[in-house]
Amino acid sequence: MARVREYGPAALVLVAGLLLWEAVVFAFSIEFYLLPAPHVIVQSLRETYPVLVEAGLYTFTEAIVGYALGCGGGILAAMAASRSPAFAAIVLPYAVASASVPIIALAPLAIVWFGVEQGSKIAIVTLMTFFPTFVSTLRGLLSVTPQSLELMRSYAATERQIFLKLRLPHSVPMMFTALRACATLAMIGAVVSEFFGGPVKSLGVYIKSTASLFQTRQAWSAILVACALGLLFYFAVALVERLAMPWQLGRGED
Amino acid sequence: MASPIIELDSVDKTFESRAGATEALRAVSLTIDAGEFVSVIGPSGCGKSTLLRIVGDLVEPSAGVVRVKGKSSQQARLDRDYGIVFQMPVLYDWRTVLENVQLPLELAGRPRLERQQRPHALLRLVGLDEFAAHYPWQLSGGMQQRVSIARALALNPSILLMDEPFGALDEMTRERLNQELLQICAETAATVLFVTHSIAEAVFLSSRIVVMSPRPGSIERVVPVDLPRPRVDKTRAHPRFFELVTTVRQSLREDRRQ
Repeated sequence: MARVREYGPAALVLVAGLLLWEAVVFAFSIEFYLLPAPHVIVQSLRETYPVLVEAGLYTFTEAIVGYALGCGGGILAAMAASRSPAFAAIVLPYAVASASVPIIALAPLAIVWFGVEQGSKIAIVTLMTFFPTFVSTLRGLLSVTPQSLELMRSYAATERQIFLKLRLPHSVPMMFTALRACATLAMIGAVVSEFFGGPVKSLGVYIKSTASLFQTRQAWSAILVACALGLLFYFAVALVERLAMPWQLGRGED
Repeated sequence: MASPIIELDSVDKTFESRAGATEALRAVSLTIDAGEFVSVIGPSGCGKSTLLRIVGDLVEPSAGVVRVKGKSSQQARLDRDYGIVFQMPVLYDWRTVLENVQLPLELAGRPRLERQQRPHALLRLVGLDEFAAHYPWQLSGGMQQRVSIARALALNPSILLMDEPFGALDEMTRERLNQELLQICAETAATVLFVTHSIAEAVFLSSRIVVMSPRPGSIERVVPVDLPRPRVDKTRAHPRFFELVTTVRQSLREDRRQ
């Protein structure tokens, strides 16, 4: 019941939005190649379903592999950097600054380096997810309070114990903030990278080529698939987050 | 039978910073016998917390000698002779109440059976066994502080260092926990070094009160507390209680006049 009350209004807005979309397309007699009505997109989705599933899986694989490499690498690099606060202080500003670098602009170069297939997309997604994960995890590892360190010291804890029993669990919430954000970034990175070139059986190329042929409804149905996969990925990570942080359950947002 | 467990001999502490040197403690000498409950009281910034941290080897003295159980304070820390309670409970959010109390046992690599049983016994001692599975945020401030006391007792330390443990609590909770602390101390026979800024608390708990002067902190006076034990609620109404409170208050005032 609480769930219905929590998400009910949002679901209503979605339904209302779709109805409005239908109504606007119908009322102004908008041509479907400009803006197809939702029911047309769903119909197209049904017709082109096998192609979209194949393309979706192809692109999703890039996103997942890139995500695993980028986030995994980011976490490992943060763990390594946290061993030396002095080193961390040197690399942190650059890692933070990298957030403003449009990594996606490297996509054409990535094709030169890693080929037009999945490799180049995975490389871009890896790069896009590495830095946010690195920065958040490192901050989480380093932001333990002086008192909690004193407590460890008073029990003659070893560096390894301090890392495993204090720094690492303390960093988990911040780590997951990045992991959730990166789940979204990974899907965007994979699709957009494909715009710069890739095999036909990928979502990005499919969207680009159908759009340029004014097959708008096909393009939209592919976008829909990309959205669905992105959301699925996000919620999967959010679920893992809940399982990984049982102490946060029932605490509410704070 | 009284044997010294903590010995401080002309301890100085000066903190160096970019803004210059701050002299926190000057020529502090103090001997505490096993089983004593010694409170340190003084105006804010008199270095009383620093004194406690020096004993606990969390801060190094600039000069002077600290001996704990006949060894260096560092060796005492490495031997896990201390249990520390800070002003804030410093519980780890990701651990349940039980797991927080387990922490020192894990760090010391104690056997599994002890790790499982000892925390329950300690939580019973502080009256929180039924909250073992709760997370710290689900507890009130007073309860959290009791958990941190249970944690401090986990390794059965011979010395309890308490840095204004009840300073952040309301008066009612503080008085109740004072009472509980005395019962716990009677059961564990630990020596306690207790930093506070509450005169009544110091008188109620201690066997001796160390009154410190303002910065640089030095020992102004040591007031022995000869109130009968066990100390109970009625103790607070004892005429001697008021006399001692007045004595301590005057010692603190004398500092200010200087």
